[in-house]
Amino acid sequence: MKPTDFRIWGLAPAWVIMALTLVVPIGIVILVSFASRGAYGGFDWGFSPASYAQILFEEDWDGNLAFTPQYLSIIGRTLWLAGLTTAICAALALPAAYTIAQAGGRAKAVLIYLVTLPFWVSMIVRVYAWIIILGNDGVLEKTLRSLGLVTDIDSLLFTNGAMLTGLVYSYIPLMILPVFASIEKLDPALIEASHDLYGSRFTTARRVILPLAMPGLMAGAILVFVPCLGAVLEPILLGGGKAMLMGNLIQTQFGGGRNWPFGAAIAVVLMVLVMIFLMVNALRARPEVPHD
Amino acid sequence: MDRKKAVEVVNVAKSFGTFQALKGVSFDIYDNEFFTMLGPSGCGKTTLLRMIAGFESPTSGTIRLHGKDILSLPPHKRRVNTVFQSYALFPHMTLEQNISFGLENLGWEKERRRARTAQMLEMVHMSQFARRRPAQLSGGQRQRIALARALAPEPEVLLLDEPLSALDLKLRQAMRDELRALQRATGITFVFVTHDQEEALDMSDRICVLGHGEIQHLGTPNEIYEDPENRFVADFIGETNFFEVDVLAVNGPQATIRTPMGQTLTTFHKGAQVGSKATLSLRPEKIGMEDQADGPAQSGELMEGRITGRNYMGGYTHYTVDVAGVELRVSRRNAVSHSASFDPGRTVRLGFRHDSARVLAR
Amino acid sequence: MTDVKRYPFARSFTALFFLYLYLPIGVVIFFSFNENRLVSVWTGFSLKWYDSALANRALMDAVKISLTVASIATVLATSVALMAALVIVRGRDVKFRRLSETVVNLPLLLPEIVLAVAVLILFSQLGLQNGMAKLIIAHTAFCIPFAFLPIRARLQGMEPDFEEAAQDLYATPWTTFRRVTFPLIAPGVFAGAMLAFVISMDDFITSNMLNSGGSTTLPVYIFGLIKQGTTPELNAISTLIVLGSLILATTALILTFRSEKRA
Repeated sequence: MKPTDFRIWGLAPAWVIMALTLVVPIGIVILVSFASRGAYGGFDWGFSPASYAQILFEEDWDGNLAFTPQYLSIIGRTLWLAGLTTAICAALALPAAYTIAQAGGRAKAVLIYLVTLPFWVSMIVRVYAWIIILGNDGVLEKTLRSLGLVTDIDSLLFTNGAMLTGLVYSYIPLMILPVFASIEKLDPALIEASHDLYGSRFTTARRVILPLAMPGLMAGAILVFVPCLGAVLEPILLGGGKAMLMGNLIQTQFGGGRNWPFGAAIAVVLMVLVMIFLMVNALRARPEVPHD
Repeated sequence: MDRKKAVEVVNVAKSFGTFQALKGVSFDIYDNEFFTMLGPSGCGKTTLLRMIAGFESPTSGTIRLHGKDILSLPPHKRRVNTVFQSYALFPHMTLEQNISFGLENLGWEKERRRARTAQMLEMVHMSQFARRRPAQLSGGQRQRIALARALAPEPEVLLLDEPLSALDLKLRQAMRDELRALQRATGITFVFVTHDQEEALDMSDRICVLGHGEIQHLGTPNEIYEDPENRFVADFIGETNFFEVDVLAVNGPQATIRTPMGQTLTTFHKGAQVGSKATLSLRPEKIGMEDQADGPAQSGELMEGRITGRNYMGGYTHYTVDVAGVELRVSRRNAVSHSASFDPGRTVRLGFRHDSARVLAR
Repeated sequence: MTDVKRYPFARSFTALFFLYLYLPIGVVIFFSFNENRLVSVWTGFSLKWYDSALANRALMDAVKISLTVASIATVLATSVALMAALVIVRGRDVKFRRLSETVVNLPLLLPEIVLAVAVLILFSQLGLQNGMAKLIIAHTAFCIPFAFLPIRARLQGMEPDFEEAAQDLYATPWTTFRRVTFPLIAPGVFAGAMLAFVISMDDFITSNMLNSGGSTTLPVYIFGLIKQGTTPELNAISTLIVLGSLILATTALILTFRSEKRA
């Protein structure tokens, strides 16, 4: 078996599958975003920027275009929540990962196992758990009432806060693992050196631990931010469909809304936002140490 | 010569991008010899070894194994075997399985494999560990198994890539003797790579000193030490004193030179030219210090100097002596227990035989 | 002697953190044993919701479909990922090595909703009707990067010395792979397969988008139930899923460590 042969057909399946199921379809999505809405759902080929226009404008009865902020606010809310989720996950993950990294061999393995275990449980179950907790007469309300802290509160569900809670809970394992990996590689002698050179615990955290954990944080940020931008479950189940995010906005266009081109247009906007984020991230990243 | 050539390296060059690691080297390795490639890190010796094994290809040139061109053959078709620096023993196989791995791939029948494996284990004195795994062995034991595994398939040439570098000193010395004995017993050509000159001098029939991508000297250990080809070799092997000297006359293999200390002497040279400068190489142990049992012959050169430094090394003491402004390194054997030691600041007489020094081209 | 590496309150924080991770799941499990219909008022212990869950035909069908899709997608994705990893990590003079790696990891770089929309449109244009086929193809695609990463990590961690030694001892490339490379990377392959399986089983967004008559996966089915209202039966189903995940995760962990020890 000549080495050349395997190099080609070893990679071929991956290339073919990705090309057929992703590259080509994404191209089609972009094309569809410029198509016209079909009469019975679906779409008609053609070139029309109507879908993109729909993001910003709406035709009123006189045929004039009026600016509609609703979709922009959805995009804004999505970016805001995704960013907030990422920040909260990072803030939670750093101390937790650090403490776990301190543990001895066996305990460390067990702790990491316990941290990743929720990730193996289907996301739908994890989101459902928060419905039970936050819902009207839910566990949280009942507990607070029995503790005498409140008498009656409006449902915590179907708010931005509920969505945020669900998002953080769903994606925190994805932040912990890369951060943990970074911190584990940290030579403990560095911390000791920092103290030897008169640094306090706080200074050490700020000037030694944090920078060295940064690669992990960056990786975790990507793993959390990108899926959050496209979150579907949390806005539907915890946001109640009223406070929409881009994810379920797209979803409805292909479901009941039946406006494929518009859905495709939002999907393209989402893709562009992700690409901008990834590019900014790539430019900010320090060049990797060359491997032999 | 009527000796058969095991390996012929013909004009082999290797470049990595713009960096030329090897610049067209050529040499022959004979059957049944212990051949060592020696040089500082990055000199290309490991690259050459890997090219013989088949894991790298030369940028230009040819390599022949017993007359046949092997460059077109992948590693698993070349009848050479390698002892890797990291040993590379398969961790998921027992020692027996490791040793018989190559034999299985060559298609040997079961009985022949079993016999050969047992023989190899016996040869390295590890028969009782046959069923163990590499992780359960010490460094020295792993080394022996790596050797056994590479010798089992009866290769035409055995390649060894710094196999002793991971071992501690005592073990290394013991292994040197074992390796040399093994080579003599099996008669297989050993091609050994190392950066440790003591190893090279101790074990080899011939040494190829590499530096700056070229062969600096190819010869026996004695030749390389006593008659180095150039300054690089004299400097790399052992210790020496270098002086810049003026060449006054050249007469065949001998040259007459004048030293910066003012003496005129005649001795063997390599590449000296009349009227130009050259380098005089004089090894520290060749310089006698007064009171020594075997001091310099009376016909030698005598000098007076002042001791400026002293390093006690157990069997030897190294001194630095200032002779007319030139600093000489002298090595003195401590032949007697608690030898009288010369203190720094003391004046001593030094002497050396003319023919102990060598004149080398700049 | 002070341990300068210890930070005050870090331990209590981490303990609270683990509590936060497990409390919601705990609540779900707790109320699955609830006697009455409400999911938040405890009246008594009962297993009746488990009975009704296990008797639920539609639920069992969904489980079957999920398992089938996940199994096939895992086998396909892991095989493809293994081949790609071998070439990308070990191949000599591979053109477009970095590009290939990006292509393999493509599903990770975009939100799943975008990919779901893409395959939906693709399948509708191709006229592909078979629900199972659509699911299997889509799942295989997004499972590949999850299978790829652990395999690649394992390959990179393995010294190339072993493969060179095998070749030095006359093993052909196939024999080298079969007797040396694969046994040594087996834990990584296994981890990749497990990861792919879990990702497929848990998938919602794509499976929901592609949902048609006979191809409702478990998460999609559960979603439908949730939209109808919360019942303790949902809690029971959820608890069973948690149990299944626990068994799967623990098995994977044990087998990974066992094969590492043997290596």
